[in-house]
Amino acid sequence: MLKNRIIPCLDVKNGRVVKGINFIDLKDAGDPVEQAKIYSDGGADEICFLDITASNENRDTIYDVVKKTSKKCFVPLTVGGGVRSIEDINKLLNCGADKVSINTAAVENSKVVIDSSKKFGSQCIVVAIDAKKNGDKWEVFTHGGRNNSGIDALEYAEQMEKNGAGELLVTSMDRDGTQEGYDIDLMSKISSKVNIPVIASGGVGNLDHLVNGIKLGKASAVLAASIFHYGKYSVKEAKDYLDSKGIPVRI
Amino acid sequence: MNVTIVDYNSGNISSVINSFKEVAKDKVNIEVTSDLNKIKLADKVVLPGQGSFKSCVEALNNIDGLTDILNEFAITNKKPLLGICVGLQMFADIGYEETETKGLGWISGKVSKIDNQNGKYRLPHIGWNQINIIKESKIFKNIENNSHMYFVHSYEFIPKDTNVISATTDYSSNIVCSIEKENIFGTQFHPEKSDKVGLKIISNFIDL
Repeated sequence: MLKNRIIPCLDVKNGRVVKGINFIDLKDAGDPVEQAKIYSDGGADEICFLDITASNENRDTIYDVVKKTSKKCFVPLTVGGGVRSIEDINKLLNCGADKVSINTAAVENSKVVIDSSKKFGSQCIVVAIDAKKNGDKWEVFTHGGRNNSGIDALEYAEQMEKNGAGELLVTSMDRDGTQEGYDIDLMSKISSKVNIPVIASGGVGNLDHLVNGIKLGKASAVLAASIFHYGKYSVKEAKDYLDSKGIPVRI
Repeated sequence: MNVTIVDYNSGNISSVINSFKEVAKDKVNIEVTSDLNKIKLADKVVLPGQGSFKSCVEALNNIDGLTDILNEFAITNKKPLLGICVGLQMFADIGYEETETKGLGWISGKVSKIDNQNGKYRLPHIGWNQINIIKESKIFKNIENNSHMYFVHSYEFIPKDTNVISATTDYSSNIVCSIEKENIFGTQFHPEKSDKVGLKIISNFIDL
């Protein structure tokens, strides 16, 4: 039976780990390579790096982090943030990333997803959708949540599946950093709309939120940052809890 | 000993290289090459593969003489070869991803899209799934039945002779996930991404 995945995410800036509260107010909290190794040893199903300042700062540091991590961690590694082109994707994959998540570039130029999934295979193309509620719909934001594209998130999700995305990483902008739980409505609507796996992200504050993301949000995988990163829960505790709630996990 | 990973522009092989180097340490030389002579002289060959069946076969054919050398290595000389993911799928006679494409024809069978039961199951089949070991295989030495492996694929290999199947995994149907036929080994899952148990499979192959 296929297991639901738990994916700790490390926000990386200039080669160091940080986690933002609503994308601002950053705290420095460690070396990403060591953190990733701790997570994979602790049973993380995948590791995710998000290079949060990639769009406007020197991003060569992330290549070095990916290179070092991929020599120590033997679970899938997803890297996102500032990925603009086929060249960027190629470079990250060559450094040892297994998947690359594309956010702004996928909105601005649909060819990036179409071409990269053809070139490298859908299995390594994750489209990251930052969505914010506006009335009774959600709109897709770009540039680390700064710009509203005005695009309907549900229609966009469907389009990205058609363009060749292998997975969707859906972040609720309203919930991110709040610790109030995933936007279940958003997750379940997108999950029902597409037939590729959906990774829920944004807002996890406790282990019940992970349960809800899978049971109610119908996500295949749940991503969380701060609850793991600041030691509130270990990955193992999270898996044991999910298991106790009848959710299939790899233990 | 030389274990050679065939680098034929089949997509991302960094993880395969990293994991083999991690297991080999300094005891075994891990070579990454498309050089025909080096492949010919290797003790063992690893054939990775990512992307589509068609793109991988085309990439193999783009290197003059490569399929001939692989045929000689695996079929004539019967030296150990491990195919991973599309590397395994290419053992088949034919694949149906994108268009109908001829495979290496080493193990009779076809590669077709996983039946997801009209959308009941998501594709790709991504994540950790358990393997049911149905036949003893040298690469499963000290691997427990029902171990978790990391999968990511939408197509499956269906061999004609079910005797070659060493393990299956349960998804929308019973999917063939490992084969052994004499000196030819293949895994649909990614041992290089399957944590310690995956590294053990790699170690078993190196130790053959």
